[in-house]
Amino acid sequence: MVNGLPEVTALLPVLLLGFTGLALLLVDTLSPDTRSNTSMAVVSAFGALASLAATAWFVSTGVGSADAGGAITLFAEAIKVDTMALFFTAIFASVTSLVVVAAHDYFHDHSNPATFYSLTLFAATGMSLLAVANSLAVVFIALEMVSLPSYVLVAFLKQNRGSVEAGLKYFLVGALSSAIFLFGISLVYAATGSLMLADVASVLGDIAAGTDGLGSRSGIAGLGIVMILGGVAFKTASVPFHFWAPDAYQGAPAPVSAFLSSASKAAGFVVAFRVFTEAFPVGASLSANINWVLAFGILAAVTMTLGNFAAAVQEEVKRMLAYSSIGHAGYALIGVAALSADGGGNSAVMGAAMAHLLVYGFMNTGAFLFVAMAERWGVGRTFEDYAGLARRAPVASTAMAVFMFSLAGLPPFAGFFSKYFLFTGAIDNGFLWLAAIGAINSVISLYYYSRVVKALFIDDPASPTALDTIDVRPTALYAAVVFAAVATVLLLPGFGPVIETAEAAASALF
Amino acid sequence: MILEALIAAAFLSALLVLLSPNEWAGRLAFALSLIPFVGSLYLWSGFDGSGNALTGGDIAYQTQIEWLEFGGRSVSWFVGLDGISLPLVVLTTFLVPLAILSAWTPIDTRQSQFYGLMLFMEANLLGVFTALDFFLWFVFWEAVLVPMYFLIGVWGGPRRKYAAIKFFVYTNAASLLMFIGFMSLTFALGDSVTSFALPEITGAIADGGLGTWFGVAPDQIAMLAFLAMFAGFAVKVPIVPVHTWLPDAHVEAPTPVSVLLAGVLLKMGTYALLRFNFTMLPDQASALAIPIAAIAVISVIYGAMLALAQKDLKRIVAYSSVSSMGYVILGLVVFTEYGVGGATFQMVAHGLISGLMFMAVGVVYNATHTRMVGDMAGMADRMPITVGILVAGAFGYMGLPLMAGFAGEFFIFVGSFSAPALPYAPVFTGLAMFGIVIVAGYLLSAMQSTLFGPFELATDYEVGPAPFHDVAPLAVLLVAIIVLGVAPDIFFEMIRDAALPVVEGVSING
Repeated sequence: MVNGLPEVTALLPVLLLGFTGLALLLVDTLSPDTRSNTSMAVVSAFGALASLAATAWFVSTGVGSADAGGAITLFAEAIKVDTMALFFTAIFASVTSLVVVAAHDYFHDHSNPATFYSLTLFAATGMSLLAVANSLAVVFIALEMVSLPSYVLVAFLKQNRGSVEAGLKYFLVGALSSAIFLFGISLVYAATGSLMLADVASVLGDIAAGTDGLGSRSGIAGLGIVMILGGVAFKTASVPFHFWAPDAYQGAPAPVSAFLSSASKAAGFVVAFRVFTEAFPVGASLSANINWVLAFGILAAVTMTLGNFAAAVQEEVKRMLAYSSIGHAGYALIGVAALSADGGGNSAVMGAAMAHLLVYGFMNTGAFLFVAMAERWGVGRTFEDYAGLARRAPVASTAMAVFMFSLAGLPPFAGFFSKYFLFTGAIDNGFLWLAAIGAINSVISLYYYSRVVKALFIDDPASPTALDTIDVRPTALYAAVVFAAVATVLLLPGFGPVIETAEAAASALF
Repeated sequence: MILEALIAAAFLSALLVLLSPNEWAGRLAFALSLIPFVGSLYLWSGFDGSGNALTGGDIAYQTQIEWLEFGGRSVSWFVGLDGISLPLVVLTTFLVPLAILSAWTPIDTRQSQFYGLMLFMEANLLGVFTALDFFLWFVFWEAVLVPMYFLIGVWGGPRRKYAAIKFFVYTNAASLLMFIGFMSLTFALGDSVTSFALPEITGAIADGGLGTWFGVAPDQIAMLAFLAMFAGFAVKVPIVPVHTWLPDAHVEAPTPVSVLLAGVLLKMGTYALLRFNFTMLPDQASALAIPIAAIAVISVIYGAMLALAQKDLKRIVAYSSVSSMGYVILGLVVFTEYGVGGATFQMVAHGLISGLMFMAVGVVYNATHTRMVGDMAGMADRMPITVGILVAGAFGYMGLPLMAGFAGEFFIFVGSFSAPALPYAPVFTGLAMFGIVIVAGYLLSAMQSTLFGPFELATDYEVGPAPFHDVAPLAVLLVAIIVLGVAPDIFFEMIRDAALPVVEGVSING
């Protein structure tokens, strides 16, 4: 029972997202002449918010938590609703609602915006399904449910060369990594004989118990795990499958970039957190000589360093944000890279990574939506083009400054706490080197983030007429940006419940 | 709850002023800034604290509310006042209205943002001086940087971009160093602390709670942490050789910003040194007494010599701040009642005097549009009142008896001359005293060539007396300086009470 309702209602947040997408598609198909951009945006925003509200209700009443009877499993345990799933669903629903609200103004003159809204909601449905997946088969299907709409969304401006090119690149790399991921799953199945996460884990664990377990098949399992890791790296835009991200984020319409770099990335992490803790527990994997923790550690270090250094040399703000998002994937990877077999601080560090992804969902989405606003105004793409924007748009520029400082991890904003807890969590678990690399990268990042702030507030416009193109006030975009900024600030005093929920959610996995 | 109300009032005022129209932002900001001032007078009148807040003294106006918990340690909203912080709170709330008043003439663009940022900075400064939880304190500490960066970068002089970035980079790098130092302490304390409350951490260190961490022995950790924190705070103070950001920031900053920068922001550094380095790790401080005293004396002499070589009035005052801060460091390191107490008193005295000097130079600049010593002469002729106050302030700087500067420096010298904790104390004191002679030299010569003699200034307009709202804050400051010089006990009593436990904390005195 879920709050007195049948157990299947535990999927309410997922279903709300999915049905809203279907409803939009239905209305669009039945009466294509009566559709209006505004009503579509309102309906999809309501759908996303309803899903968020349901998630918040479930979290606050403890659905799926250890205190309230543990995780709820459905469909022969293929689906598992626990606090971590709800936590991630909250991230997806928040980002989705911000993005659809902003898209209302961004696609104001697009001929067929309904497709955008329904595709976004379908992708969000896939993400939240990914969060509840308890079997490798469901993981793969949900992953494809996220990927397929995403390819279309990136290429959504089909008259725009950059958008189409980005979509093609994303699709090619995505198809390749899907194939690798699927092959990895089949190898794990070959080695362990099951797709259920818990069964895979018990076969791996048999080694420790002295029974046969994997036996000579540990090499096959190891190869499979590495391939699954590759799929995760693609979805989270981490090294070595990161190189689609700068092109895709830069070429895609800015709201789509926001959606992909925040929600889709978080979806990749939910796979990593769930699959690698529940199917391949650290202790069992290590005794089977499959050291994926070290692999993640190296990937995390390389990813954050590469993302930061590449971001520092960019001339276009959107591309800089794309690389910064790679850097942040590196930070969040600490959540799986700083795990130890004895498990003392495992839930703390993974909880911190989850909290970081939540904060990141607001600050990064907000930053990309500011870029969306700049594209709407037509002010250009480089740092120089942003010069003096604060004079014409002080509120939006202040919000952007909040996002930049928070992404850099400066204390007055939520990004400080989430990064701090992540790094101390790693140190407490014995991974001082990862925390040190993270901290150094964090300092470097201040350079390129503050460049944006400097351009907005301190630099003079290139010419006195440079800002004259700012003649519209896109209300919905403004609302989304300001809301994201307020959330980024308020998550600092309100960080307590977030980190506690995240930590409790993570502790259920170990 | 009065402290909270005070900080909240400053935050709300900042918000209100930010949203107000430019035309009356200045007046509104001044009126609103009187609320914290009156509040701080109320705090002063009802002050009932005794001892030092960190060493188990009675904390006045204390509130402690848990904020969040992570890894076994809680972070809380923990504020309160003792005899060291109250004078600095009063200084802050007293200087801000005066600085706002002095901004009415020079600030003529984007006023609402300017005054909003000033009040925002005040709120955070109050937080820095009242917070007793490390995290809370650090959030406020860093939050001071952001408005300062904008205040210099947007409203500054011709090289404002360079100065703002330099300020930002220097102080942020310093904060990071200090943060790492403090964190290594808390990690080494391990389970002997359960929160980030400064009194608890101070107590645990005094009780020998430091353990071995990552193979480093407790003594070495304490020493490394001391050095990291000292280096971090030294930038803020600033101490030679990390002072170079200060003249740039001062010269480019508009007058009211310089007033707060010299009057309050530099005190953040000395306040933090006193709280963290000298109260928490007294034995490390006394082990390093000779090098620290040497740095202090070098700051005094070298700062004064640099001032001697300057032609820009503002640069002269800026470098003499470096010199004055050297006295504060000397007072702290000798670990005597009068030394530590005098250093704290000198913070307040220097805040008032340097505020007055910057303000008076600013008023002269408003009329002449130059600050170069060679460009003008005989200003006393045209602006007799302003010049009179400027001369009086300069005498305060030189340590004229019955003015606050004399009391502060006198206490420090009395305390340092025969200090048991500092070998060769008379030598250091004698050398430092020599600094006063140089101060007198450059201030007198600069004033003689600019203020007296026949009037000379190449302008195409008539130079007349400054408006009332420019002169009034100068007069108020002068009165305060004299009051504090005549009756130092109004602050010194409580300062001494709070300084005594610090002095007794060092084993050579214990």
